[in-house]
Amino acid sequence: MKEKLFRFIKRYRLFLILLVINLIVLLAFPKTGNRSFQLTYQNLLDMLSVMPPIFILLGLLDVWVKRETMIKYMGEHSGILGVLLAFFLGSAAAGPLYAAFPVALVLLKKGSKFSNVIIMMGAWSTTKLPLLLFEASAMGYRFMLLRFVLDIFGIAAIAFATEKLLSKKEKEEIFKNAATLD
Amino acid sequence: MTIIFYVFAFSALMISFAKSKEKTKTALKKAWKSFENILPQLLLILLIIGMLLAVLTAEQISSFLGARSGFVGVLLASLLGSVTLIPGFVAFPLASALLHSGGGIMQITAFVSTLMMVGIVTLPLEFKYFGKKATILRNSLALGFSLMVAVIMGAIL
Repeated sequence: MKEKLFRFIKRYRLFLILLVINLIVLLAFPKTGNRSFQLTYQNLLDMLSVMPPIFILLGLLDVWVKRETMIKYMGEHSGILGVLLAFFLGSAAAGPLYAAFPVALVLLKKGSKFSNVIIMMGAWSTTKLPLLLFEASAMGYRFMLLRFVLDIFGIAAIAFATEKLLSKKEKEEIFKNAATLD
Repeated sequence: MTIIFYVFAFSALMISFAKSKEKTKTALKKAWKSFENILPQLLLILLIIGMLLAVLTAEQISSFLGARSGFVGVLLASLLGSVTLIPGFVAFPLASALLHSGGGIMQITAFVSTLMMVGIVTLPLEFKYFGKKATILRNSLALGFSLMVAVIMGAIL
């Protein structure tokens, strides 16, 4: 019990420290502190509302999709199909970029090609379909379309460059590290 | 849109459950574990964002990011976008408000693009998954790309 509490505090220590600071701010400057808590609370609610389905689908993907299947469709020799799948997977997802890390981890574990994982993250961060409609209504269609087209090339270029700039050994390290995480 | 995800996830869960109770249980356990794994950093990030946005007002931001702020404004916008990490559903109304209160296209594009692709606050989290080199490569390339997009969009629009 005591050990469990200790582990909890150790893992959440930075958060707890900042929480205390925020509470002090709340006492010293009620207006700013209050706003800060309200924004945090709102963001937390937003986040918690999009995350459950992502993680459930992630768990199912992990359990049901065999490593061989993933390698076949997104692995080293998956070619253009793997690239398209990575784009689709990222674009269809919801949630901020940090929600993509666990997804990337599963892809790495199941033997997806490294550049395809980076493409998935790129698509996840910028070319999300529901977000595009939202972007068009807020910024106009010209803005959205131009950014969308540029982003597609950019995401592919970033993935290609990251893959090329890492040595074979460095990539092996990443895959090895992924296998130890969960 | 989120509703579609819920329906999809729920249906998938039902199909999985019909096929194998055991595997579904494992899947849910894994789902919870990977969520709990990022929770400490996630809460920390949300608090940092809350504090930042509470201190900075929209007027202050737009005075730095106006069309006349030039390339310095673009760099500042990228820095701001890289540090902050707010969901697009919040970012676009903010970007649109900035644009209407005198922000420049180039600066706002740099802000939006880095906001989505570059995450300084989340670096420690990304290190954990991809290691230092790949993470820094991805983020610097994304930053460079964001600046390029900003300049192109500023020139065309």
